[in-house]
Amino acid sequence: MALVDLANPTRFLSYSARLLPLTWGLAAVLMAVGLYLSFFASPPDYQQGETVRIMYIHVPSAWLSMLGYAVVAVAALGTLVWRHPLADVTAKSAAPIGAVFTFLALVTGSLWGKPMWGAYWVWDARLTSELVLLLIYLALIAVWQAVDEPGRAARAAAVLALVGAINLPIIKFSVDWWNTLHQGESIFRVGGSTIDPSMLRPLFVMMGAMTLLYASLLMMAMRNEILRRRLRTLEITVAATGEAGGAEAVRAEAGG
Amino acid sequence: MSSHVGFIVAAYLVAAVVLAGLVGWIVVDGRVLRRRLADLEARGVRRRSLAGGRR
Repeated sequence: MALVDLANPTRFLSYSARLLPLTWGLAAVLMAVGLYLSFFASPPDYQQGETVRIMYIHVPSAWLSMLGYAVVAVAALGTLVWRHPLADVTAKSAAPIGAVFTFLALVTGSLWGKPMWGAYWVWDARLTSELVLLLIYLALIAVWQAVDEPGRAARAAAVLALVGAINLPIIKFSVDWWNTLHQGESIFRVGGSTIDPSMLRPLFVMMGAMTLLYASLLMMAMRNEILRRRLRTLEITVAATGEAGGAEAVRAEAGG
Repeated sequence: MSSHVGFIVAAYLVAAVVLAGLVGWIVVDGRVLRRRLADLEARGVRRRSLAGGRR
């Protein structure tokens, strides 16, 4: 079976129904372990004190804000290049979820910044590029809401999504390219992480838990979007031919 | 805990409330869509593939 066959919407509904209990269960277990490690089994930082515990929710949110956009950008390619039906569904479903994690990254970062830097917000390159990411997500949601016909909305949103993808490397390397108040790369860096293993453990467990939560939410939102499109098709059929006639027409077409 | 405990609690509380809202929205959206599809099917309106017997 080719990969493209697996991405058939009906098959996706079937596979995701079987996967969802697993991803939700794993996310719940990892979240419980992660929160325990974050609050009770990791030390305070020698400089930041207890405030470092905000990192265990902030970093996974920031990671998912970028992963979420990468999903949108790859799906946009799928829409424009391969015109795959599940690509539109993925892009539309991933945008609001990505926006929520971006919002969380900004809010938790702000709540971390105030006690550490003395300010909730600074127009630093990392913070500003993350805010731009939120605005791009909101623009994508607006395009999907503004255009009625899903195919046209998908193509318009896909172009915007691919243009906006230029922001991803800007966010990632902003701390290297500019002098920023935000700390430099400290987890995935050449030469290894600068964070102590006692803090890396809860961080990775929370990242795993939040990533599984993201995957579960994305699958659920995609299932909803597939159902929404089916509903739209049926409603158009009924509206075009009259309720009874519409039902007859569908039956006759299937019989013929 | 340090004097910054309020910031820590606020960060986790905001995350919990926002994520619970997101989960709730997606769950409710799914239920509404399934109910509307079931209503249409109860009135005899079906997708071609289902009406044709492919399940």
